[in-house]
Amino acid sequence: MATQTQTAEATASAEAGVLAGQIRVSVPERSLRSDLRAVSIVWRRELIRFRRDKLRAITSLIQPLLFLLVLGTGLSSLARGSMPAGVSFKAFIFPGVLAMSVLFTAIFSAASIVWDREFGFLREMLVAPVSRSAIVTGKILGGATIATFQGIVMLALAGLADVPYNPVLMITLVGELLLLAFTLTAFGVMMAARITQFQAFMALTQMLVMPLFFLSGALYPLTGLPAWLSVLTRIDPLTYVVGPMRHAVFSHLNLSPIAQHVLSPGITWGGWVVPLWLSLGFVATMGLIMTTIAVVAFSKTE
Amino acid sequence: MAAHTGPGAGAGGTVVRDGAVVGDRAGSSGTDGAASRPGSGPADSLTRPRNGSEIPPTIKVSGLTKSYGEIEAVRGIDFEVRAGETFGFLGPNGAGKSTTIKILCTLAKPTSGEAWVAGHDVRTERDAVRRNIGLVFQDTTLDNYLTGAQNLRFHAELYGVPAAAVAPRMRQVLEMVDLWERRDSLVMTYSGGMQRRLEIARGLLHAPHVLFLDEPTVGLDPQTRSSIWEYINDLKTREDITIFLTTHYMDEAEHCDRIAIIDHGQIVAIDTPEALKASVGKDRVQIHTDNDAAAIEELASAFGIEAAVHDGAVTFSVSSGEQFVPQLFARLTVPIRTVSVSRPSLDDVFMSYTGTTIRDAEASGSDAMRQMAARFRGRH
Repeated sequence: MATQTQTAEATASAEAGVLAGQIRVSVPERSLRSDLRAVSIVWRRELIRFRRDKLRAITSLIQPLLFLLVLGTGLSSLARGSMPAGVSFKAFIFPGVLAMSVLFTAIFSAASIVWDREFGFLREMLVAPVSRSAIVTGKILGGATIATFQGIVMLALAGLADVPYNPVLMITLVGELLLLAFTLTAFGVMMAARITQFQAFMALTQMLVMPLFFLSGALYPLTGLPAWLSVLTRIDPLTYVVGPMRHAVFSHLNLSPIAQHVLSPGITWGGWVVPLWLSLGFVATMGLIMTTIAVVAFSKTE
Repeated sequence: MAAHTGPGAGAGGTVVRDGAVVGDRAGSSGTDGAASRPGSGPADSLTRPRNGSEIPPTIKVSGLTKSYGEIEAVRGIDFEVRAGETFGFLGPNGAGKSTTIKILCTLAKPTSGEAWVAGHDVRTERDAVRRNIGLVFQDTTLDNYLTGAQNLRFHAELYGVPAAAVAPRMRQVLEMVDLWERRDSLVMTYSGGMQRRLEIARGLLHAPHVLFLDEPTVGLDPQTRSSIWEYINDLKTREDITIFLTTHYMDEAEHCDRIAIIDHGQIVAIDTPEALKASVGKDRVQIHTDNDAAAIEELASAFGIEAAVHDGAVTFSVSSGEQFVPQLFARLTVPIRTVSVSRPSLDDVFMSYTGTTIRDAEASGSDAMRQMAARFRGRH
């Protein structure tokens, strides 16, 4: 292989210490391998930057913790009458709180693209001889990894919400968090492709985050709602992850089938119960569509 | 476009032979496609003709234009940059320098015309061009939250530098710009000059054929500027590289082997700095007087000299400054406070080709920008 000979030469000349000529460096033709390398480094950069920013990691956990511990505890007494025996209100809102921690982190990670544009680093990525889809994919996977990690930190507090540390349950929830994180980051990156000002991006996402959370059924069951609210909850993509997560939690709580049905009735479309796979598949499809839109938006040249 | 995918460097068109241009630059656009392309294929980036008698130009541009809506940023330019040359674009802000660089770097598409970089068409072979060029932009494109080494590592991975070559090459370029010791510090702790040096090192990391420097010293203090130039001049001796740079500093254009003077999107002159200065052939005299308007009038009536106020002084050109000054004192009635005579500089070259100094051109240029902005605001 020609590359191997060159790199061997490169090492040899560096070891020699005397750099008479230049080290033979060749930039190979674009290939799937080079694109994967690009995905990997863009992803790694997100992780390095996240590791440096401990303040952000801590602050983004505060809001979900407030919901779980303060709101969850405070409303427990009120909700006690309507909850089946042995189920706490905190366990009921726990899936929603997990989703919330992912929501904040994912959107904020996507904001880093707007930030990169402002500080010029985006240009460094966009002039490289790699496909734009590699860069967008790396960015989305990086944001999704960080958001999932934040979700896992909240998941570690399952005990506080009276949710058992069952391995199957934990793995299921992590998988669902990862899916949610991917779709939300893709959504953020898609927005960041168009919105070039940091202030505007933050204002817009702030405006969207709370409605997404409140309409997802994170704090209340999706049955018996007035028609307008019922419709809105079905439009919210977060609903389609919170539903399956709640289903997973309650199927590990030793509840009677009736109690389980009351608390986690599933998502219905005009009376038809949406199966779990379709619910999650719907979220994954949305994520892929938004990724595609983001790639197209970043591929434009003046 | 069959001609552009033709065989490797061949006869005809414009070629460089032992440093001299053979062939007609302006009239060669018909056949140059095939001639200016070196052999294609993966071996391309490895083989660089060193001793060949016919080396195709590293950059070739013909009839290039770029419009943004109604604004014509580049209005039909032609030029060539030879292998190993340091070629400068000199002109005021807004003359079309950055737009040209953007096109050559495949960041913008030309409205019309053709451009080849390292033998690849910027319109159709975007990735091939990108593999062969290094870029240092006017504004910083570093990640301040990463260390210097991490910024370089990112670049190496993105450009697919072979894994075993990454570490030695990183060390080499970092040592070249004296940043090896600071490689593990966050970029946000670097000074402006260090950041620019890191960008130059990064631009060289993947051993490009051409290094583009867009205003490499803008925003730096004079001392840092000259040290950046030491690094650039030094790298020319170490790397087998062609440098294309833009600047609006006259003194920096002196570092170039050849310069093109660009004004209002057109190239008005192109040659070595020495030849351009010689072409002016006149000394520049600047006088401060008590009454500039009267002095200009007297210069016209007594000597038949056209003078104008530039940079706050009455300025005009004469064939021999030393001989003219005594006459000036003898015949001018307006009191003269100071006199300065200077040999032709690139300032004079710029003035003789464009009729204005670069600083005046920038002042009026920014006026034009303001007017344009006002017009846009009015429209929306």
